[in-house]
Amino acid sequence: MPLLDIENLNVTFKTGDGDVNAVNGVSFTVDKGESLAIVGESGSGKSQTAFAMMGLLARNGRATGTVRFDGTDLLSLSPRALNKVRSREVGMIFQDPMTSLNPYLKVSDQMAEVLQLHEGLSKKAAINEAVKMLDAVRIPDARARVTMYPHEFSGGMRQRIMIAMALLCRPRLLIADEPTTALDVTVQAQIMALLAEIRREFGTAIILITHDLGIVADACDRTLVMYGGQIMEEGATTDVFASPSHPYTHGLLAAVPRLDRDDDTLQTIAGEPPDMSHLPEGCPFTPRCPIARPECMGTKPGLVGFGDDRRRSCHAPVEEVV
Amino acid sequence: MYVYIIKRLAVAIPTILILVVFSFVLMYWAPGGPFNSERPLPAQVMANIEAKYGLDQPVWKQMIDYVWGVVTRFDFGPSFQYTDRTVNDVIAQGFPVTLTYGFWSAIAAVLVGVTLGIAAALKHNSWLDYIAVGITIGAQALPNFVMAPILVLIFTLWLGWLPGGGWNGGQWQYVIMPVIALSTSYMASIARITRSSMLEVMNSNFIRTARAKGLPMRRVVLRHALKPTLLPVISYLGPAVVGMITGSVVVDIAFSTGGIGQFFVNSAFNRDYSVIMGITILVGMLTITFNLLVDILYAWIDPKIRY
Repeated sequence: MPLLDIENLNVTFKTGDGDVNAVNGVSFTVDKGESLAIVGESGSGKSQTAFAMMGLLARNGRATGTVRFDGTDLLSLSPRALNKVRSREVGMIFQDPMTSLNPYLKVSDQMAEVLQLHEGLSKKAAINEAVKMLDAVRIPDARARVTMYPHEFSGGMRQRIMIAMALLCRPRLLIADEPTTALDVTVQAQIMALLAEIRREFGTAIILITHDLGIVADACDRTLVMYGGQIMEEGATTDVFASPSHPYTHGLLAAVPRLDRDDDTLQTIAGEPPDMSHLPEGCPFTPRCPIARPECMGTKPGLVGFGDDRRRSCHAPVEEVV
Repeated sequence: MYVYIIKRLAVAIPTILILVVFSFVLMYWAPGGPFNSERPLPAQVMANIEAKYGLDQPVWKQMIDYVWGVVTRFDFGPSFQYTDRTVNDVIAQGFPVTLTYGFWSAIAAVLVGVTLGIAAALKHNSWLDYIAVGITIGAQALPNFVMAPILVLIFTLWLGWLPGGGWNGGQWQYVIMPVIALSTSYMASIARITRSSMLEVMNSNFIRTARAKGLPMRRVVLRHALKPTLLPVISYLGPAVVGMITGSVVVDIAFSTGGIGQFFVNSAFNRDYSVIMGITILVGMLTITFNLLVDILYAWIDPKIRY
C-alpha cells in the first residue's frame, strides 16, 4: 500500500465571479521514503493540491475526492482527527519563510508547542528536543538562539527553522511548498541539500512543490507535471527530463535558460496561463499547444500509462512528442 | 525602554506648554469676555473685577503668571464664573464622575467590541457575522443624544429598573445608562476594527503554519492570532480612552451626572477662561499619557519594536 494515495482530487473556490476550479481530477501516489516533485507554473494547482490534502484551503475552497494517508481518508476526517495527522504524520513547510513563522512568538515557543501538543512533553523537554532539531538543520548556536524571535534570523535560517519545526514529530511525509522560492541561490542549494539529507536520515517521504525545474533534477525520484489543475505527465525524473512526453513539459524544459546554447532571447511558452474559472472542455493546454489537433479542444485526454511506469495526458501519440 | 519613557515624558513638557500658550492666545483673541453682559457694568465695577482676576495686567504678564501658577503650584486659578471656586475645585468635582463612567465605558467597549469582532471574523459570512456587522453599523449610526433618551424611555419609564438621571455618588444603578450611552459607538468602532484585523490575520501565512502544526482552532486564535489582531485596536484605544474618561457633554446633560464634559462646554459659553484652560490642559496631559501607554503596549506585543 502506498503511503499516500490521492484519487480524483478536485478543488473549487467559490468567488464573486463564479467558481474557480483550481484542481481537476488529480490522482497520484507516494510511497514510503519516496520523493515526488510536483512542477508547474503559478496557478497550475500544485500548491492547492497540497493544501487540500491537509485541510488548509482558504475558507471559500472545497475539496472532493479521496486523500488516503496510510489507508485513512484525510478529507473525511473531523478537524480533531485531522489535527492529529498534521505535523505528527505529515509535516509542511511553506514558500515564504519571512512570513510563515509567527513574528510575535519566540522560536522556542513556536517549536515547543508542537511537541507539547502531540507528544505531551513538558515545555522544558520540548525545548530541548527543539534545540536538538535546530542543531540537526544546522542552526549555529541553537541553544542560545532558540529564545529569539523570527525577525532575528535571516531568510535561509528561518526556512531551516520551519524545516526543523516540521520534523519535530518525525512525520512520515514532508510537504515542501516552494521551499526555496523566496531564497537566494546559494541558500537554495543549502536548503535542497538539507532536504536530501533529511530524507536519507529520517526516511521521510517528500513532496516537493516547485516551479523551478533546476532544483527538481537531482532532488526527486519522480516528477509530476501539472497544468490548469490537471496532471499533464508523470514519471521517473530522469525519464521526464530526458524524454518529455507532453508538449507542455517540452515547453517548460525549453524555457530553462542554458549556457551551452548560443541564444540571446529567453525561450517562453506562447500564450497566457488558463483562466481557471473558464477552462476549455478538452485539454487546458490546447490554446498554447504547438501541436494541438481538432479533438484537443473538445475532449479531455485521459491520463494513460505508457513506457516505464509513466503516465501522460495528451491526444498526440507518444512518438510524435518525444 | 526606561530611557525611552523618560525621553517621551521630557518631550511632553514643551508640548503641554505650547498647548497652554496656544489656547491662551486663542481665547485672548476671541471677542467678548467673561464679564460682558447685555447691560454693560459701570466702568469702576468692571475695573475692580478685572483687577481682582488680574485681567488689567498686560497679556504677556497674565500668561506668565498663569503658567507659573500651573507649574509651581499646580494652580489653575479661580473660576471666572463660579465665585469662590477654583478651577481645581471644578475639576475635582467633575472629573471623578467622568473618570468613573468613562472607565467602565472603556472596559465595556473593549470587552464587547473585541469579542463581537473576533466572533464575526471567525464566522465570516455567516448569520453571526451579518448580525454583528448590523449591530455595529446601527450602533455607530445612532448618536448618543438619541441613544440617551431611548435608554431612559426603556429602562426608567417602561421597565422602571434604573433611575433616569443623577449620580448619587456613583452607585451602580446611576452608572449603567451613562456607560451604555457613551460606550456604544466606541464599542462599534472597536468591533469593526477587530473584525477586519482578525480577518486579515487569519489569512496570513503564519496562521496557516499554526494550523498545519495541528493546533486546535482555539489555540490558533488565542495564541497565534490574538496579539497581531489587537495591534490596530490598541492604537485606536489611545485617543478613544481619553475621549471616554473626559466624558461627554451629551451624557452629562442627558443623565445630569455632573461630569466634566458639561463644565467644559458651559465654560466655553460663559467665557470662563480659567476653566477652559484647566480642562484643556487636563485633556492634553491625558492624551499624551495614553499615547505613551499605547506605544509601550505596542513594544510589549511586537518584538520588532524596541525603543
